Amino acid sequence: MREDEVVRFSYVGVLAFILVGTLWLEVFLRTRVFRRWLRLVLSIMPVVVIFCLWDLYAIASGHWDFDVTRITGVYLPGGLPIDEVLFFVVVPLAAILALEGVRSVKRGRAGWEAGDEADKKDDAL
Amino acid sequence: MTYTALAILGCVIVVALDLWAFRTRLVTRRVFWTAYAIIVFFQLLTNGVLTGLRIVRYNNDAIIGSSTPGTFGNTSDGLPPFLGDGRIAYAPIEDLFFGFALVTLTLVLWIYWGRRGVQREPQSGPPRFSRRHPPSP
Repeated sequence: MREDEVVRFSYVGVLAFILVGTLWLEVFLRTRVFRRWLRLVLSIMPVVVIFCLWDLYAIASGHWDFDVTRITGVYLPGGLPIDEVLFFVVVPLAAILALEGVRSVKRGRAGWEAGDEADKKDDAL
Repeated sequence: MTYTALAILGCVIVVALDLWAFRTRLVTRRVFWTAYAIIVFFQLLTNGVLTGLRIVRYNNDAIIGSSTPGTFGNTSDGLPPFLGDGRIAYAPIEDLFFGFALVTLTLVLWIYWGRRGVQREPQSGPPRFSRRHPPSP
């Protein structure tokens, strides 16, 4: 591969690093996030939509732009690089894995509740 | 609106959703801030690559600091400052607020669906190879 063909994957390379840095939690801390796939999809989908809209506004307003040599060159309608869309999937997934990783380690300990426990009593919805 | 204003507004909206709309109250919980501390460390690392390599470039009209070198009228060359001129780990400090809004909204929704009973189970853990949680027979 020519150097510019490698450089095109700079942004998605960062995304791959984030995935590698968090997916192991599912195996070794048994975070069971993918077992709860519907809840995962329902949590990430609105975030993808909202932050893609923010991104489109920011690009249109000239808040930021991208080095076209360092992104894949695949765009969604409106000029949003697919790299950015994937960012809004990968980062929320990593955040959920991190939260559930902490919960795995602190499992059963008082004071580490997240609010979705089955036996929440004084925690009215 | 500038990126500065939008990023702060995003945080305010997400905290309001957490406390009063979804009532998940994550920002009052130790587990949230522990996870967030881990996340923000890796954000500084990965976002430092995205901004330091100038994969994403910023306009000084939208942020507190100067434009990324070589873009938006900044004719200097090289890396953006590592620290200072409105930047931290090469990234505009606005990115920290953007990241907080992104991560916190995600976790609020995740806990909200759990509270609503959408796949509350199976719970996370225990870790493999944990001495505190020996494997059940």
